[in-house]
Amino acid sequence: MRDTATVEPMLDIRNITLRFGGVVAIRDISFDIRQGEIRAIIGPNGAGKSSMLNVINGFYHPQEGEIWFRGKRRGPMRPHEIARQGLARTFQNIALFKGMTTLDNIMTGRMTRMRSSMLEQALWWGRAEREENAHREKVERIIDFLEIQSIRKTPVGRLPYGLQKRVELGRALAAEPELLLLDEPMAGMNVEEKEDMSRFILDVNDEFGTTIALIEHDMGVVMDISDRVVVLDYGRKIGDGTPDEVRNNPDVIDAYLGVSHD
Amino acid sequence: MSIEALNLIEVLINGLMAGVMYALVALGFVLIFKSSGIFNYAQGVMALFAAMTLVGLQTGQVPFAHLLNAITGMHVTHFGWNMPSGLAILLTLGVMVGLAFLVERLVLKHLVNQEPIILFMATIGLAFFLEGFGDLMWTAEIKQLDVGLPGGLSEWFEGASMALADPEAGYWGMYVDKLDVTAAVVAALLVISLTLFSQYTRAGRALRAVADDHQAALSVGISLRFIWVMVWSIAGLVALVAGIMWGSKTGVQTSLSLIALKALPVLMLGGFTSIPGAIVGGLIIGAGEKLFEYFVTSDAFHGLTGFNIDATENWFAYVLALLFLVFRPQGLFGDRIIERV
Ligand SMILES: Nc1ncnc2c1ncn2[C@@H]1O[C@H](COP(=O)(O)OP(=O)(O)OP(=O)(O)O)[C@@H](O)[C@H]1O
Ligand SMILES: [Mg+2]
Repeated sequence: MRDTATVEPMLDIRNITLRFGGVVAIRDISFDIRQGEIRAIIGPNGAGKSSMLNVINGFYHPQEGEIWFRGKRRGPMRPHEIARQGLARTFQNIALFKGMTTLDNIMTGRMTRMRSSMLEQALWWGRAEREENAHREKVERIIDFLEIQSIRKTPVGRLPYGLQKRVELGRALAAEPELLLLDEPMAGMNVEEKEDMSRFILDVNDEFGTTIALIEHDMGVVMDISDRVVVLDYGRKIGDGTPDEVRNNPDVIDAYLGVSHD
Repeated sequence: MSIEALNLIEVLINGLMAGVMYALVALGFVLIFKSSGIFNYAQGVMALFAAMTLVGLQTGQVPFAHLLNAITGMHVTHFGWNMPSGLAILLTLGVMVGLAFLVERLVLKHLVNQEPIILFMATIGLAFFLEGFGDLMWTAEIKQLDVGLPGGLSEWFEGASMALADPEAGYWGMYVDKLDVTAAVVAALLVISLTLFSQYTRAGRALRAVADDHQAALSVGISLRFIWVMVWSIAGLVALVAGIMWGSKTGVQTSLSLIALKALPVLMLGGFTSIPGAIVGGLIIGAGEKLFEYFVTSDAFHGLTGFNIDATENWFAYVLALLFLVFRPQGLFGDRIIERV
């Protein structure tokens, strides 16, 4: 286990509360994500995990609380602006562009990295075309990295679930994000696919130094790959620490065995 | 070839040409619906407004002349210039882009994440506003539109068809309007350039991304507002092209906005989200309409049934579309946008 305790938090979540009408999806939760770590968010169904990712990437706007990114308080921002700050994500229910090929999907991930404006690209080809080619190269490298060369030109709607998840990871990686949010990247996968995905996540973290926050239900995987784990239940935080600490936390054990609720 | 066969071909060709005109209007609907799920009721009025603006600029009309005169007591109507068509078209396009910008700023921006029905209502409001605004700006009277497009009898079709007929039969040759042929060519060019744009440019890719999945598009950093302005600008361009074609044919008048009604059966047939669907749907409706009219007004039909069937162009398209709906309802609904993530 790496020691990331001395590192400044990349993202600091302070006293977030998020309500949908009468439903309190997140109740006064604080935790941080440190530079370079793999941070897992776990909890039973409906605990508020996905809502938390949606708050972080700007889909949801919490009623209370603050988010600090790289030591600065983040004002109200729209999701595409947050994406341009270096945050990429995947979705619990795969959200790929179904009609596009693998290549095009991953190419859209470069959107935040393109310097020539869309208008420029539409009207004047010179610099824009050169730029496009450079992006193509990056995308090809990601395709190699994820071992999906054989499906480069396949419309993603036709791909099996496991591969779609992989393409979605590719699209997020294409942005070369500083912070990568993964919402159940291994849900619905078989053991072998899960191993592959775990390896990719570890490699991304290792090789590119990308900070990763992921939601996952498979405890084995979580304990294996994460540096620290935050546990949510009914919108509250009930545990936070290393995998070992969390595993031995009585509140967490209760939540998972259902003792305190039924 | 027999004269009957040639007549039939003439009807078919003219039907297809009319279909191109319908397709042009339907195309504007599809573009907006596909990328934002909004059924833009104002598409027809946009075509009218574009045509009015074009005529106004071309003939040097003073915008809001009535209003100005009423307030200031002046009597201005024209600046006294005649602008070249090309320049006037470019400026009109600029106006349509400006309109797209305003629609985003003043309407769409405030309605994000609302139900489709609310956005639809907003476009109804927009249609009424734009119609009144157009009248106020350029006056409501019927105007000629002439941007120098070829028109009148196409000698090529006349000659070619006469060559096919038996010289003894006294065949006159078919009548195909050059304007219709021009419209078909322009429509084809428009569709090809739209396709190239959406397949091979970054903005096009962003547009397809938004059409596929809003949330995912946002997550990769695409600004929806930029896309809305772009889509409405393109719809404005399509409206301008439709306005030029229809305006050259029928004159620029309020009833031009009713061509939008012709787009509805086309969309029911072709589907609300498919560009090829809009084209094919338009062609089927156009050809079907003219062929049906030809058959029911023929002596043979009358002699056989004793019926006099009139004004088929008012209702046949709808009946055809409804029949189609019964057998292929999937043509009707586009992909729904999933709001939750
Ligand atoms: N857009 C929304 N509108 C209304 N309620 C919502 C919305 N999104 C989430 N919720 C509610 O917030 C609560 C937390 O949901 P969330 O999706 O964050 O749970 P989760 O921990 O990701 O669960 P799962 O493991 O099933 O994915 C639930 O009660 C859910 O119904
Ligand atoms: Mg979830």
